[in-house]
Amino acid sequence: MAVAKRQTAAPKRTAKPDRVDAEALVRMYRDMLLIRRFEEKAGQMYGMGLIGGFCHLYIGQEAVVIGMQAAITPDDAVVTSYRDHGHMLACGMDPRGVMAELTGRRGGYSRGKGGSMHMFSREKNFYGGHGIVGAQVPLGTGIAFAQKYRGTTNACLTYLGDGAVNQGQVGESFNMAALWKLPVVYIIENNRYAMGTSVQRSTASPDLFERGAPYGIPGRQVDGMDVVAVKAAGDEVMAHVRAGKGPYILEMMTYRYRGHSMSDPAKYRTKEEVNKMRSEHDPIDRLRTQLLENGWAKEDALKAIDREVKDIVTAAAEFAQESPEPDPSELYTDVLVEAKAA
Amino acid sequence: MPIEVLMPALSPTMTEGKLAKWHKKAGDAVKAGDVLAEIETDKATMEVEAVDEGIVGRILVDEGTEGVPVNKPILLLLEEGESADAAPAPKAAPAPAPRAEVPAAAPAPALAAPAVHSAPAEAEHTGPTQPMTVREALRDAMAEEMRADPDVLLMGEEVGEYQGAYKVSQGLLQEFGARRIIDTPITEHGFAGLGVGAGFMHLKPIVEFMTFNFAMQAIDQIINSAAKTLYMSGGQMGCSIVFRGPNGAASRVAAQHSQCYASWYAHCPGLKVVSPWSAADAKGLLKSAIRDPNPIIFLEHELLYGQTFEVPTDPDFIVPIGKAKVVRPGRHVTIVAFSRPMNLALEAADKLAAEGIEAEVIDLRTLRPLDTATIVASVRKTNRLVSVEEGWPYAGIGSELSAIMMEQCFDDLDAPVVRVTGADVPLPYAANLERLALPQADHIVQAAKSVCYR
Repeated sequence: MAVAKRQTAAPKRTAKPDRVDAEALVRMYRDMLLIRRFEEKAGQMYGMGLIGGFCHLYIGQEAVVIGMQAAITPDDAVVTSYRDHGHMLACGMDPRGVMAELTGRRGGYSRGKGGSMHMFSREKNFYGGHGIVGAQVPLGTGIAFAQKYRGTTNACLTYLGDGAVNQGQVGESFNMAALWKLPVVYIIENNRYAMGTSVQRSTASPDLFERGAPYGIPGRQVDGMDVVAVKAAGDEVMAHVRAGKGPYILEMMTYRYRGHSMSDPAKYRTKEEVNKMRSEHDPIDRLRTQLLENGWAKEDALKAIDREVKDIVTAAAEFAQESPEPDPSELYTDVLVEAKAA
Repeated sequence: MPIEVLMPALSPTMTEGKLAKWHKKAGDAVKAGDVLAEIETDKATMEVEAVDEGIVGRILVDEGTEGVPVNKPILLLLEEGESADAAPAPKAAPAPAPRAEVPAAAPAPALAAPAVHSAPAEAEHTGPTQPMTVREALRDAMAEEMRADPDVLLMGEEVGEYQGAYKVSQGLLQEFGARRIIDTPITEHGFAGLGVGAGFMHLKPIVEFMTFNFAMQAIDQIINSAAKTLYMSGGQMGCSIVFRGPNGAASRVAAQHSQCYASWYAHCPGLKVVSPWSAADAKGLLKSAIRDPNPIIFLEHELLYGQTFEVPTDPDFIVPIGKAKVVRPGRHVTIVAFSRPMNLALEAADKLAAEGIEAEVIDLRTLRPLDTATIVASVRKTNRLVSVEEGWPYAGIGSELSAIMMEQCFDDLDAPVVRVTGADVPLPYAANLERLALPQADHIVQAAKSVCYR
């Protein structure tokens, strides 16, 4: 795992907070665990045939989205690609609505019409959930454009994978965001593999945080398996962006434990590599150990969280199976917005 | 309660698989994430991981068993202190949950679709008019809407300081400033997507493509992001945006700069597609497009920009999207066209009149939703249809019109529909070949005479 200390054109700071907000750490533990358990349940339900199509699980990468979410406000916007369940839960979307969308039911966020890759919540400022690699990057840049146009100090977190950085529209977006000093943070979740192709095999210059350098966008590499480090980087970068200094790139060094999608044969990496990451760098185990060793949380309290999260996920799974399929009349709704009567 | 671990589906299409190998045996402790077994599918061998904690009670399917159906119990997982014997006998494999089944009662989609589009009625304009070019009409439409709504903005290549590559945005930068008249880099995919993102935030961008040929760089954002997101979000995330610019053949600019995209965009649900001919319609329809809450493809024509028409002076004049217009009434044959070929259709109608054939000429103006009612009413009167477009014949607008005639005017037709289209070739550069490749008035005259058996 690359050590996450490199950066371009950005102030140097330590990743560790001076004072520890134990309560915030416990909350991040809970939020990461919710994603983990939710995704495990989704994987299980996929196996039972309750979830169809493509299903991309976020297991292993939880610290990235939870750390970043802790650095923003509810008025900021979030947009990502199709590995999006974790982002939705982090934004505070109801796990029942997310799971019911996975099962294609009426109670889902898109009323069953979007599925795993296409979910949205205006209320929570979550702008999707997009299925075309890299397409969310101009969209997020446009969201930031609107935030600036309206004179707000809000920003848009635009997530993309290590595979998406090679899409032309990502470079196009970097250029416009830097040119117009848009309040956008590009968070590259480098989990080392674009589907089955490693960064080394796909990318001529593998230091992805430097991708903005030609446009003058500062970039930094962050240990994306350490939620504390992610949060610290997020705090710094949000201050930069909110001050009107333009976009910023964070390259989160992370790892997905599961396949690209459910039907991944896992031939492109060794089992040892996966096991090493899980046993030595798991973001949830790491935080749990920190919480206990430093006396920031008691074992009992964490066990109670485990139970709470399990109950939430069980309820989500039940809701997602009980919620009816969309009414056939839904087939032809939401194609166009009906114009207001004159 | 013992937990039954079921044979998982490992791909969207898997119905059964081989239990290749067990990694656990009875009595082993299991925690979430442990590999339980290897399953072989038609595509690959994959590992099955435990979701729950527990102790392996009993293995229900032996290693090496082939054709194990999805959802058959393969292993019993016990909690601490439970006995495998206490577990209920494994049930037969339940049928896999239905995937994407269309309910038997649902009617066929084509029939269930709303059959007739009803656009708001268009009042006949009788007020004062002034002569104006299409170029000026388009600019005035944008300027008026920008004055009325601070969320409307224009972005594109050379729309600001250059005053528009075709001078359509002349003067707008001076009036509205660089915050709202935005010169973009040459980056169609990027700025189209940026516009859609801004549209999600309830801004109302007008995105100008210098020509629609360049919008092919951006078509993923136009279709996958602009047209589909409202549906995919269950109605939450609409986007009010106008993509506009010249479409079709210009003059001697050859294949890559001379293509009609009408049928491309008209094919796609989630879009409205407009293509005006007259300056009055250009102004009235562009104003409607900017106000519309949906993504609009607004196809202009370079060779019409300088053409002058009478345009109403009333600042509230608008033209509803979705209404065709009978530009010249007639009783012998219906000619439908849109955009620049309207000039050809009217020229042909004059020539036909000299030969005693009264052609009814309809300007489609909107290609999606198509004003089927106006076309059908005309054909019920004339019993003949000639369609005209610059685009290619295959799967073109004329093909759609022919299908509509089959469906709705089968008993009204006295002759087969004739399509006058661009030639089925990339547009050539040589002057004589270019002329041969594009529809001409004489082609329309011949087509109209042929359906009148003259």
